[in-house]
This record gives sequence, C-alpha cells and structure tokens, in this order.
Amino acid sequence: MSAETLARPAARRRGGDLAERLGPLGIAAAVVIALITLAALCAPLITSHDPAVGSVIERYQSPGAEHLLGTDQSGRDLLARLLYGARTSLLGAAVVVLLAGGGATLLALVAAWFGRHVDAFLGRVLDLLFAFPNLLLAILAVAVFRTGLAQVTIALAIAYVPYSARVLRSVALRERRLAYVQAAELQGLSGAVVSLRHILPNIAPQILTGAAINFGYAMIDLAALSFLGLGVQPPTADWGLMVSQGKDSLLQGHPQQSMYAGVCIVVAVAAFSVIGERLGGRKAGGRA
Amino acid sequence: MSTTGGNVIEISGLRKEFAVGRGRRRRTVRALDDVSLSVADGSCLAVVGESGSGKTTLARVLVGLERADAGDVVLAGRPVAQRPRRAERRSRARDIQMVFQDPNGSLNRRRTVEAAIREVLAAHHRVTGADARRRVDELLDQVGLRPAHARALPGELSGGQQQRVAIARALAAEPRVLVLDEAVAALDVSVQAQVLNLLAEIRRARRLTYLFITHDLSVVRQVSEEVVVMRQGRIVERGSTSEVLDHPRHPYTVLLRDSAPRPGWRPRLSNGSDLAEVET
Repeated sequence: MSAETLARPAARRRGGDLAERLGPLGIAAAVVIALITLAALCAPLITSHDPAVGSVIERYQSPGAEHLLGTDQSGRDLLARLLYGARTSLLGAAVVVLLAGGGATLLALVAAWFGRHVDAFLGRVLDLLFAFPNLLLAILAVAVFRTGLAQVTIALAIAYVPYSARVLRSVALRERRLAYVQAAELQGLSGAVVSLRHILPNIAPQILTGAAINFGYAMIDLAALSFLGLGVQPPTADWGLMVSQGKDSLLQGHPQQSMYAGVCIVVAVAAFSVIGERLGGRKAGGRA
Repeated sequence: MSTTGGNVIEISGLRKEFAVGRGRRRRTVRALDDVSLSVADGSCLAVVGESGSGKTTLARVLVGLERADAGDVVLAGRPVAQRPRRAERRSRARDIQMVFQDPNGSLNRRRTVEAAIREVLAAHHRVTGADARRRVDELLDQVGLRPAHARALPGELSGGQQQRVAIARALAAEPRVLVLDEAVAALDVSVQAQVLNLLAEIRRARRLTYLFITHDLSVVRQVSEEVVVMRQGRIVERGSTSEVLDHPRHPYTVLLRDSAPRPGWRPRLSNGSDLAEVET
C-alpha cells in the first residue's frame, strides 16, 4: 500500500450547490417562476371564468368580488385572461428554448468533433443567421407561411440557434481538446458516443444557462410578435396580445389590461434573466 | 506471448508537419522529421527533448490520435494504417494505450472512476455486469487504490490518485505497450517517485513495453534502459541510458543535461550575475 493519503471519497452534494449558486435573489426568482408556472397549470382551479368569453354589459368593470382584477373592453375577466395567457406565453417560450437549445447543442457537438472544415462551414452558416434580426426572421416566416404561434415559434427558434451555438461550440471545443475525450477517442469509440457520453454532460451547465437567459428573450420576442398581431391570434389569451388589445382602452382611461399583462411579462422575464445570470456567472469556465 | 519475439514497435521514416498561422504568415512546423526507432518487447524506451521537439506528436501518431504525413508504423508485427477506421483504431487500442500528462484533464470529471474503467472493459473485452465490477476492483488494487475509490469522482481524488486511475484505465484494455506522455510531470516529487515505482512494478508483472516521454532527465535514469533524444522533430542521439546521460556525444544532449536544475543550483540573471547576490 502506498503512503499516499487515500482519503475517503467525499459525500456528493448537488442540491445544496444549486441553492448556493443562485443566492437569495436567484432563489426568489426561482420561486416567482414556480408560482407563475403553478398558476398557469392550475388556472381552472383559481378562476371559473372563461378567458375567451365575456359580456358587453360587463366591460371595463373595476376589480370586485366577481372579477378580482376587473374586466377588459369585451367584458372578459382579466384574471382569467392573465392566468390562461401565462400558459401560451410560457409554452411558446419553452418551445423556442427547447428547439433552439437542441439545435445549438447538436451544431456545437458536430463542429467541435469534426473541427477544421466542418467547424468553419458551420461557423459561416451561423454568421449568416446572425445577420438577420430575430424579429425580422420571424416576420419573414409569417410572410412566407401564415400568421400563428407555431410558425412564429419555429422561426424564432431558428433565429436563436446562433447565439447558443456560438457559446456552446467554444465550450465543446475546449472539452474536445481535453485528454479524457482523447482517451475515449483512442479506444475506438464513435464520435457520437464520445460526444454524447463524455462531452455533452460537461457542457450541460452552459446549455442550461443559455436556456434560462434565452427564455426571457423568447418571452419578450413572442410578446412583441403577438403585439404586432403576427403571433398568437385573438381570442386566445396571451400576455403580449393583452398589452396590444389594451392600448385602445389605455387612451379611454382604463389602463388595467395593458398594465397587468406588461407587469407579468416584466416580472417573468426578469426572473428568468436573474436565474440565467446566476447560473452563468458562477458556472462559466467553472468545473462543476 | 510475443509473435515477433523482437520489436513490438517499429517506426521508420515518420514525418509530420503542422501548419501554423494564417494567410501570409502561414508556415509549416516540422514536428516529426524522418523519425525511425524500434522498441524491443518488454523494454522501456525514454524519449527526451524540450517542449516542441516532437515527442508528444510521436506518441499521438503511435496511438492513432494524429496521422503522419509519411512513414511506417509496425505495431506488434502488424502494419498500422495511416488513416485508421474505427474498427482498426479499436483493435490498435488493445495493443497500445496511452497515459496523458494532465491527471486532472485525463478523466471525465462527471463520471466515476468505475464508469471510466468499465467503459474500456466493455469496449475491448465485452466485460460487463458483475465481472466488470470484479475487474475494476482488481485493476484499482494493482495501481494501489482501494475498492472504495471506484465510486469517487475525479475531483475527489488527488493528482497522484487521478494518475493511478488513468493507468488502471489504460491497463483495462490489456495492452502490450503503454505510452506515457509526461505521465508524472504534473505530480509532486514524492508522488512522482511512488507512481514511477508503481509503473516499474506493473511493467515487470505484466511484461509490458513502455514508451516513456519526458523532459525530465532525472526521471529517465529511474525508468528506462534506453533513451532517444529529440530536437526539432529529429532524433539527435540514441543509446543506453547511462551512456547517453553520462557521456553524451551530441552538443544538444550536453546542453539538455546541463540545463536541468540540480540540488545546489542557483538562479542566474541573463547578464551572468548571481540572482541571490543581486537581491541582497
């Protein structure tokens, strides 16, 4: 037996690490997101009103027992519209982030694994995508296809790929050069196996961080598109659409609809950004 | 056991150039320039030289991580393809394994010691399940670690322990040749000695052949019978360790030997004055 100290492997800590990394503000942000998600999921339990049906007699009601947050220009319950609107807003952004994150990860792994020409080619393609502003690309997609959440979501996802892919490529490239990847490579394992089994888990923190930051941006962009009337179509409830539909009422002295929806967007986006920054700030370049 | 009886590695006329820089500043660096050498079965050959002398490139070409521009490599009696397919790379890995310089980087920090060794066992010998579990414990025992270390993540181990795991992983393939690329360079002197002793023990027990790449001449004397000195991609001197280190013929070897810091060595400034005197 060697004299070298054979310390007992320390117990692993994961959950404690995460809380430490987020800090008080990050934890508050996580709670806010959890509450919004819960509210969106439990919308039918919280309110009995239909977000799409209103009566003209009840338009512009002040907050009261029947309508907790009042009603809009069509007499629809604002609380119900906010709750159901959270569903559309969160789901849309989630799909954008999922598609963009998956695409970016795939591109990053492929570029890092093959390097040289493949890397250079993918880099040029990403540069090309970078040249188009996100919203412009989404508007282009709407012009070519149809207006609708699905079209806009996919277009935005494509527009978001270069941002994540660029970061992930450099992280994946750094891992690619480390000895453990080469040790696996020289065993004759395939590129796909080495990339997925070895490189992917090690760039996962950066994938998550990127997703959290992108989530906020995706919500804003989707809201903007809905505001312009290109994304979610009425009478579906959506925060961006509510801001848009409330703007006439705003001039008539009923700011509630735009204000509530705007506050919701700002709070949700801020929460996601805080989490993304907290994860990223301490994880960037860090070793687990 | 040996098919050729003689040399397990035979390299002849190996060349490799790298392009550095871009555009007009693009130039080529010759990492390997007509390198030929052979290593007898069961022996240990040390390759020494300063950084950039091409010794690591030689190791990487040998294990198949890098492709040579020209030259032949015969490994365990089989010529090695210069553009290896995956199946060939896998069968080559059963003949030759490599231990890397950076103990921290040579293990995946998110996978346990056991997972790292099992991967090699499964890839080359289809050992899985309880058999693999037993093999992992055996291998860890051979490198002086305990079964409890199997569940550890690399971050929970010291540099010396990490390097022991890397050696165990290489041994899992049951190779005939082990390429050690500056394998002890990143370790403390005392840990270095332990790992060197361990490597010597393993070589004797398993009748392995070592290609020991190092810049550290004091290490060379401890491990190898023969040594080649490389400079700018060429082999400038070769011979038995004592001959080359005690009576070097090539001026570069003399320089290399004399520039290694020894006990009693005092740092000097470039104008020749003693650093200790200047400071006081």
